[in-house]
Amino acid sequence: MFEAIAFYLFAFLTIAMFYITVTTSQALYALSALAAGMIFISAFFFILGADFLGAVQIIVYSGAVMALYAFGMMFFDTTRDVKEKQGNKAIIIGLSSLAALLVVVIVSAPIVGNNVEAFYPMVEGAGNTQEVGMVLFTKYLVPFEVAAVMLLVAMIAGIVLAGKKMDLSLTLMSDSELMNMKEEDKKVNV
Amino acid sequence: MEMAYFIETIIKIVVILLVFSGLAGIGTYFERKVLAFMQRRLGPVNVGPFGLLQVAADGIKLFTKEDIVPTNVVGKIFKIAPVITAATAFMAAAAIPFLPSFTLFGYEVHPIVADINIGILYILGIMGVGLYGPLLGGMASANKFSLISAARGAAVFISYEVVTGLSILAPIMMVGSLSLVDFNEYQADGITSWIVWTQPVAFILFWIAAFAETGRTPFHLIANDHEIIDGFGTEYSGMRWGLFFIGEYANMFFISFVIALLFLGGYGDGSFLGAIGLLLKVAFFFFFFLWTRAAWPDIRPDQLMWLCWKVLMPIAMINILITAIVLM
Repeated sequence: MFEAIAFYLFAFLTIAMFYITVTTSQALYALSALAAGMIFISAFFFILGADFLGAVQIIVYSGAVMALYAFGMMFFDTTRDVKEKQGNKAIIIGLSSLAALLVVVIVSAPIVGNNVEAFYPMVEGAGNTQEVGMVLFTKYLVPFEVAAVMLLVAMIAGIVLAGKKMDLSLTLMSDSELMNMKEEDKKVNV
Repeated sequence: MEMAYFIETIIKIVVILLVFSGLAGIGTYFERKVLAFMQRRLGPVNVGPFGLLQVAADGIKLFTKEDIVPTNVVGKIFKIAPVITAATAFMAAAAIPFLPSFTLFGYEVHPIVADINIGILYILGIMGVGLYGPLLGGMASANKFSLISAARGAAVFISYEVVTGLSILAPIMMVGSLSLVDFNEYQADGITSWIVWTQPVAFILFWIAAFAETGRTPFHLIANDHEIIDGFGTEYSGMRWGLFFIGEYANMFFISFVIALLFLGGYGDGSFLGAIGLLLKVAFFFFFFLWTRAAWPDIRPDQLMWLCWKVLMPIAMINILITAIVLM
């Protein structure tokens, strides 16, 4: 009974949060609702007994949304409403309903057809974390490594893009040196 | 059976809430006294014997103060931010075994609310979410100092999560489990089996990162009094500010428990002496938080980032590599 209560409670909360995220015009509401929704999703993992995935969901998404906050801080005055350009409402509602319907059909088709099978049945005596590790480092080893390489590429690209003048410390420079540097930058840009 | 378990859990939750909210109050008293003696002052002396009732006076003041929500703030977020800090601090406590299991009136009590087998991950994750409180409070406040504090909060969060995660990875590899109870069993053979002897580097790194996670003085940047007033707390008054405070102090206690359980043997073999030992270790780590505050200045934000990315993270990586090679 508790499971059912918890499931419906968190299902309602998750949907409500994501609804706020999409509909509000206040950046801070949207970001906070997104973070809350992501954390509420972890409840489903806990209900299903996948504790490891639940905790990872919290850690990964709370960090990811935190980065979004940082961007929000840089781009908007987050205490003011964002003026959105509203296009044709009928097209927006139609397309999003169609997309939602498609997702439901795609996910429910194998369930209706009774076609869901576990390729890797549970190993007796292995804990939750060990199970994830076993599947990740045997069947899904290649995607896992490819993802790692992609992240490495992204990191190096980020360092190259942001790393100009990394050897200079703005804190240790005197004011005149700073002004000189600004002048030189202007010349280069012109 | 189900019902008994349900009632037991609720009682545990209420006890933990009451004990640690109370401790947060008494913690402020200790902080003032310890700081005062280290700086050759007396600290609170006027209210009650040795100023002990100062805690009650502070409580009355916080509860009865007018709750001001300034104009121009984002109301809902501004109001919910302190609750996030306090609530997540106590949510993290769900997976901490506070004492060894004991028998009370013929009923065996496990002083842990939920013995999930990924305890450490859960605790660190929820403690990380706790930093949303200062972040949201700062961003919703419509105050430039609060906004700076929120930006710093996000930076500290993103960088020091990396250090905490990497530093405990090496001990986790040794124990082979993420449960704090398993960590305790692994170190139950006495002082020589403590993980701090085999993983001293991880211990120091985790300890340093704990200061950043709780926002205590060398890394007290998110509410640095002398440059950004009270940071995210500038616009808050009354009990909303008090909730931030309770969250911070509860977090200090909980992270002290986590350090003692992870690296210093926890409650050992589960005897009465072991339980007292755990409480003493926690008291030491709490005292160390106060000691550092009296002895160290705050560091600059760029120094904080330098320390995290150029010193602590490489050391943590090397530590993991060496542990992995030795374990193989």
